Amino acid sequence: MNVEAIKSIYFFEMARMRRTLLQSVISPVITTSLYFIVFGTAIGSRIQSIEGVSYGSFITPGLIMLTLLTQCIGNGSIGIYFPKFTGTIYEILSAPVAMTEILIGYVGAAASKGLIIGLIILATASFFVDISIAHPFVMAVFLVLTAVTFSLFGFIIGIWAKNFEQLNIVPMLVVPPLTFLGGSFYSIDMLPPFWQAVSHFNPVLYLVSGFRWSFYEIADVNPLLSLGMVGLFLAICLSILGWIFHTGYRLRS
Amino acid sequence: MASVVSIQNLTKTYGNGFEALKGIDLEIEEGEILALLGPNGAGKTTLISIVCGLVNPSGGKVLVGGYDVVRDFRQTRSMIGLVPQELTTDMFETVWNTVSFSRGVHGKKPNPELVESVLKDLSLWAKKDNMLRELSGGMKRRVLIAKALAHEPQILFLDEPTAGVDVNLRREMWQVVERLRENGVTIILTTHYIEEAEEIADRVGVINGGKLLLIEEKTALMKKLGRKQLRLELAEPLKILPDSLSPYNLTLSEDGAALLHEYQGEEGDGSIASLLSMLQAENIHFRDLSTRQSSLEDIFVALVGEQA
Repeated sequence: MNVEAIKSIYFFEMARMRRTLLQSVISPVITTSLYFIVFGTAIGSRIQSIEGVSYGSFITPGLIMLTLLTQCIGNGSIGIYFPKFTGTIYEILSAPVAMTEILIGYVGAAASKGLIIGLIILATASFFVDISIAHPFVMAVFLVLTAVTFSLFGFIIGIWAKNFEQLNIVPMLVVPPLTFLGGSFYSIDMLPPFWQAVSHFNPVLYLVSGFRWSFYEIADVNPLLSLGMVGLFLAICLSILGWIFHTGYRLRS
Repeated sequence: MASVVSIQNLTKTYGNGFEALKGIDLEIEEGEILALLGPNGAGKTTLISIVCGLVNPSGGKVLVGGYDVVRDFRQTRSMIGLVPQELTTDMFETVWNTVSFSRGVHGKKPNPELVESVLKDLSLWAKKDNMLRELSGGMKRRVLIAKALAHEPQILFLDEPTAGVDVNLRREMWQVVERLRENGVTIILTTHYIEEAEEIADRVGVINGGKLLLIEEKTALMKKLGRKQLRLELAEPLKILPDSLSPYNLTLSEDGAALLHEYQGEEGDGSIASLLSMLQAENIHFRDLSTRQSSLEDIFVALVGEQA
């Protein structure tokens, strides 16, 4: 295992975050704060509490997940796409590193950034609404698994994308609808039966529901099922990457 | 001398069916400077890319220091430094960071003293805190060389190192190459500039159409293939060549004022002496004579022309 190489890639990527502090940290924090002000405080005060949890507190886990998904996919994809775009990837491909080590470096950094931002948002949320965490350990497991899984997913997009439009299409067009329709802002019990059934095909529902359970012990689906779904998605991402590394798809001709 | 890179019957066919390499055999000796010449699209970059691990071979084998480049990639890639043809840089990084990164990604522990000496050798020390996008093209080229040297490679590949570089910088790069050779580094460079191969290489290989047309010591190559031409400026123009001169490979210039004699570098002396005495016998006088040896460039053009 080329530990020096993993460290180099990891810290090189983390340095990018420090350099682009405004864009990588402050902007998601501001965006999420706006959600809290509008949905949590202004509108939320007129919405009745859901299963005994005030609306502002109810949406907090969903908002953290929304940011975590967007950030991890974004960081994971740009981390590998940018060297491909500038051509500097030649150096990593000609270095004595295995693809798994490259993956650990890039995905580790992307997931770390996502986690840091997720925790900052959790701290921000506590200024606006009451937060209680019933199962901190479960919460941490969900947070880390989701961060890793979606950073892997981002990495796949970064390898697949041939231009900036393709790079942005998933985070911009796919993630927000899934998150908004995945019960971030409501319990799916509020939906008509047909849409409840449809919601069960949305992977984000399982993430948000399980994550919310770790806070307030209320859930749309069984938390174990949630955990299983995250594990399933993780396994899918890993198998796709296994295939990519085996064939050299869009990396080595 | 032991060969440090051994390329055996290497072939590469890209996904779109393009046959970039059609069976290359090449032994690169330890400590030499080998220049690979060839027109655009000849397969030079593909060859280098396979040795460095950027492209997978379709067939054949490459050994570096006795290790297989595919199976034992960790050993082979640790030995190799690569300076790519394109000026690809992380625009927003500093010179210091990007060179240190190169060292780390090759699995070497940080060594600020070494990075410092590499930067100083390449006259980059003053720019160490500059972002790469602030540097000129020539400076970026040096940064790429510094990155390739940061992990102390034993073999250095330079893919067209002096493309788009001014004359002074080119001379400086040649000096860098010379210093590296003194330290025992094996250097393989591809180039369009024959002058470059002529100046610094020990051996020259010519690649075209995915095949290695020849590989030869530079001086031997010049001697073997270098045609010489003797030009005699005549005192009085001739209308036709006398029959007695027909055994010699002679041509008369259009105005009849000069005689041109072509001969192979090796067989030189004999034919000229007898030609001159024959001219004297025929009472043909000349007022001046000059000889010209064809350069590597002529050799190259002739070789590539034959192929096409």
